[in-house]
Amino acid sequence: MRYYQSEAVETKDIKEGKIPTEKFRPKAKFAWSAGIAISRFLEELKNGKIIATTCSKCGRIMVPPRIYCEKCFKPADGWKYVKDTGVINTFSVSFLAADASRLKEPIVVAIINLDGASEGMGIVHRIEEYGDWREVKIGMKVKAVWKPPEERTGAITDIAYFKPIRE
Amino acid sequence: MTEVAIVGVGCVGFRQITPELSYKELMYEAAVKAYEDAGGINPRKDVDVFVTCAEDYLEGFSIFDEFVPDQLGAALRHLFTVSGDGMLGLATAYMLIKTGQFDTVVVEAHSKASDILTYMDIVAFGLDPIFNRPLGGHPYYVAGMEMNRYMHDTCTTMEQCASVVVKNKKNAILNPYAAYGAGVTIDQVLCSETCFYPLKKLEISNPADGCVVMVLASENVAEKLTDKPVWVKGVGWCTETPSLETMDWTKAVYTRLAAEMAYKTAKISNPLKEIDFAEIHDLFAYKELQHMEALKLCDYGEAGKLTEQGLTALDGEFPVNPSGGLLGMGYGLEASGMQKLLEVVLQLRGEAGKRQIQDAEVGLAHTWRGIPTTTGVVAVLSNKK
Ligand SMILES: [Zn+2]
Repeated sequence: MRYYQSEAVETKDIKEGKIPTEKFRPKAKFAWSAGIAISRFLEELKNGKIIATTCSKCGRIMVPPRIYCEKCFKPADGWKYVKDTGVINTFSVSFLAADASRLKEPIVVAIINLDGASEGMGIVHRIEEYGDWREVKIGMKVKAVWKPPEERTGAITDIAYFKPIRE
Repeated sequence: MTEVAIVGVGCVGFRQITPELSYKELMYEAAVKAYEDAGGINPRKDVDVFVTCAEDYLEGFSIFDEFVPDQLGAALRHLFTVSGDGMLGLATAYMLIKTGQFDTVVVEAHSKASDILTYMDIVAFGLDPIFNRPLGGHPYYVAGMEMNRYMHDTCTTMEQCASVVVKNKKNAILNPYAAYGAGVTIDQVLCSETCFYPLKKLEISNPADGCVVMVLASENVAEKLTDKPVWVKGVGWCTETPSLETMDWTKAVYTRLAAEMAYKTAKISNPLKEIDFAEIHDLFAYKELQHMEALKLCDYGEAGKLTEQGLTALDGEFPVNPSGGLLGMGYGLEASGMQKLLEVVLQLRGEAGKRQIQDAEVGLAHTWRGIPTTTGVVAVLSNKK
């Protein structure tokens, strides 16, 4: 019962079985139906295009598309392509991988307001070809770099990344 | 203190699969129907609180709460999620309105069971990790153990359990919201595969996809929105010990205590006389019988015999599961309670079509959170204030 007396527990105590533990790895598998709006969005990515839905009441061009306008609570009533260029709304530079190990090359993830979509709407994606990460700025113009058509699968990763547009 | 009424219902499903719709689209369609049914309210301004009911592990999301506002018209509105059955959402809405602080509350629950590829593994994940999970096996053996002890203690027969399946699947044929209506015989049920002795394959509800949204309102608002309010007369809920080693295996005590709580508020002293029909959780056929007894609708051990004699048939003296139950509608996971409530509301409004129970005034809805839980919720509803 020594572990109940405020003594420090070390990893080796667990590994050596001094502290009883029970291990279990859940089998949790899901396949989410993409639905009407997202299915079309993914199909269009395969074609190298980004599609939005529109709301005739508030006039918004909504991307990612949805079948309803959450502001007006009415059905979206049209489809509209937006451009594959946009502006960085905000970004962060991740120096760590998901397991918290240090990355050799940092990953830049950005919220990109797409040209042609309503204000504050767009896509979340990685930024590459930026040179030094210190060069990445809020407000910077970026453009999608698409995977070759034969490699596209109808996924958000059909866009390989966005790169800064140098003017 | 204000009375509380259900003033709008919307349902999509229930169907075996819904690959054409995302869970968001499923919820949106049910919400649109419910708001229209509630006199055409605008959720962007006419709803005070939204309550959704969902369990992360059934959705495949961490903190699923965050994914629900847009499709309900609840973005930048007042919303929270109850991690449990839709009827726990009803209980929450009831309490919110009773405080006098909120007039209109929306409750939502859905099932996208067809999105879960390893459903039974998810169920098994609910078993105790130290004592039970390492033993392996399909988690529904828990139901087999309960059925075995229940039949042993009450002398309920296999035929009586099977008669629940025959009745419910038959009722479901008349219900457009039901996925598994069928004409089956007692022999067909008894000859179906034994899955978890003594439980037969046809005695187990199959999962289904669907969504139910309801609008609840205080007395003043309710009477403005609809001329067919369905009043919530009492709600009760209860959870027993989760320990398989020590829980009661025959009497569904959680349901008994939930019922007593609801009956007390609703001032019901003789449920069989004062209530006209009931929607009872029937994930497994024997559960309808066991729950009937726990709900004090008959004496302990009598439900099987009464069912066999036709008491609970659609044209019987006390119809049970006129909707077709979960055996007939399909098991809507955390929306099970909402499936039950939906049928009670439709019956009390006289909108149940070919399965309408004549002169129904008071109905009971009951739910259970399934294997391996011991949580039950009971509500008594009436079309008379
Ligand atoms: Zn709009």
